[in-house]
Amino acid sequence: MDKTNAIISVKELVKKYDDFTAVQGISFEVYENEIFGLLGPNGAGKTTTLEIIETLREKTSGEIIVDGYSVDKDASKIKRIIGVQLQAAGYYPNLNLIELMELFAGLYGVDIKPMEMLEKVNLQDKAKAKYKALSGGQKQRFSIATTLINSPKIIFLDEPTTGLDPQARRNLWDLIIDIRNNGTTVVITTHYMDEAEQLCDRVAFVERGEIIALDTPDNLIDNLINSGFERQKEVKKANLEDVFINLTGKEWREDN
Amino acid sequence: MSKPYNNTKATLALAKASFRSIMRSPSAVVFTLAFPLIFILVFGFLGGGGVKVDLAIAPGSDLQNPIINAIEQINVIHIVKDKDADEIKAELEKGHIAAVINVKKNTSGTPAYLANVQYTSASIDKGSILKSVLANLMYTLNSKDIKPTVAQLNESTVQGRIYRTIDFILPGQLGFSLLSTGVFGTAFVFFSLRQTLVIKRFFATPVSRASIVFGEGIARIGFALCGAVFIILIGHFFFHFTLIHGVITVLNMLLLAIIGLVVFMGFGFIVSGIAKSESTIPPISNIITLPQFLLSGTFFSIDAFPSWLQPISRALPLTYLNDAMRKVAFEGAGLWDVKHQILIMAIWGIGVYIVAVKVFKWE
Ligand SMILES: Nc1ncnc2c1ncn2[C@@H]1O[C@H](COP(=O)(O)OP(=O)(O)OP(=O)(O)O)[C@@H](O)[C@H]1O
Ligand SMILES: [Mg+2]
Repeated sequence: MDKTNAIISVKELVKKYDDFTAVQGISFEVYENEIFGLLGPNGAGKTTTLEIIETLREKTSGEIIVDGYSVDKDASKIKRIIGVQLQAAGYYPNLNLIELMELFAGLYGVDIKPMEMLEKVNLQDKAKAKYKALSGGQKQRFSIATTLINSPKIIFLDEPTTGLDPQARRNLWDLIIDIRNNGTTVVITTHYMDEAEQLCDRVAFVERGEIIALDTPDNLIDNLINSGFERQKEVKKANLEDVFINLTGKEWREDN
Repeated sequence: MSKPYNNTKATLALAKASFRSIMRSPSAVVFTLAFPLIFILVFGFLGGGGVKVDLAIAPGSDLQNPIINAIEQINVIHIVKDKDADEIKAELEKGHIAAVINVKKNTSGTPAYLANVQYTSASIDKGSILKSVLANLMYTLNSKDIKPTVAQLNESTVQGRIYRTIDFILPGQLGFSLLSTGVFGTAFVFFSLRQTLVIKRFFATPVSRASIVFGEGIARIGFALCGAVFIILIGHFFFHFTLIHGVITVLNMLLLAIIGLVVFMGFGFIVSGIAKSESTIPPISNIITLPQFLLSGTFFSIDAFPSWLQPISRALPLTYLNDAMRKVAFEGAGLWDVKHQILIMAIWGIGVYIVAVKVFKWE
């Protein structure tokens, strides 16, 4: 895998909300076909950064190039090659999942088979259900399915696993890895470090609108250990999450 | 980019989605169909024999003239003859008779006849019906006079045509149904799509803002027109609503409906922009719709209103939609004949959309 080809490049990005500066001049690159994680505490500026790259918010200053297109000049071209899952979004009321898929196909101007898209996220049984009637995990999966409609080069997932049970989370990881293996670059935010460690090729830590670290999870961990860090308590060979997975099984469940 | 982005496809996809959503939304169906139909049923049955307005002919009045002849054809009006002045006065005071008419030949030229109608305060409701019927009658009779070539044609139809309550009520109800769907529907849908971040998700796709507006507009117009056809057909087949030129008349009415809807949807865009919360949408919408409901000749001809109210009535767009609808349906007017009404609606439309563009919010 060639990891040196930058598909997204962010330079000196600044975002001010009135007099509050949410993003303070950050720069980073996302490489083609990697899973890139944005980590950091609440209010760090992750969503703001993502939505500026997605051309949904205006930046205050800085330069952003997505697959050769500038967010200032070619917003609509960028929109055609990305898939977006928003941290908070709604879907057209009173429509079932198939109908929503048809709507999005029209909005992206592509021809798809709605059922096949739903199968990708294992929601074929819910094809006739309304979005409102889905569980939290099903909603997340549906959102991810909508990001795949236009066979995007890059997908952005803003906290896709928040609120999911451990096995639903793992299933979603498998899905995300599948998507990447099909040639799509993935940019993801999460508050789960185990998830970032498992999934991401590289992660950036954002705090108060600045990037304070950016590297592969391995390197970041090694650096910490080399600096003399030790865990307070030796971990047992299994944890409660392993118990949960073991007790409840690892397959997709009807109601997850 | 393999192939250029297709805006039409996006617009139609949205229109389809929106139409489905509207059809499944109970409030939209109630506003557009149920309310107007209830009124039409009530008035339809009243008009079908229930209401009779007694109109006395004053002693000494001319009896062989087009006015009396035409009135005799109107089945809402029951003519009372052969009473002397005292009897009539007593009946008027009790409200047993709604009005007394006195027609005289005009010895000094045109108009050919002068008709004096005296109403009674004891029977205001029937008096109003009578007023609107007579006003309409005068219009038909007078327009015959103005264009003698057309009169020939009109005369035969006028005499055979019965002006029923439904002919007045249905266009008014239709107009009001269009007004409420236009204002409430548009305001709610754009407000809630914005609030629930549906629009935000749309903006993450290449769809243009124009496509969103047009897609929603097409769906709402399509839905309202289905409602209009339904109302017209029910009126026509169950209550003998007059459609002079049949299908042509219906098509003309639908074109008028589209013009009206576009204007009313402009109000909806404004409301969705200025409403602070979902619960403020109904009151703000009511400020726009209620005065028109009451003053635009939905139930009674605005000629029946006190003279100080009439200028207000004549400023409202629904007045002109109602007026145009009635002319098209009952008098068989073409769209060109109601160009004055259409022009005023267009002026309203321009004004409304200038404001809408200023106050509309996308996020
Ligand atoms: N529309 C807005 N107007 C004003 N301030 C905003 C707006 N959106 C975000 N902010 C502020 O910008 C900062 C960054 O917000 P952002 O949503 O990017 O954080 P985040 O890193 O995604 O946090 P979380 O992990 O909670 O999702 C926060 O302090 C937030 O209050
Ligand atoms: Mg966030």
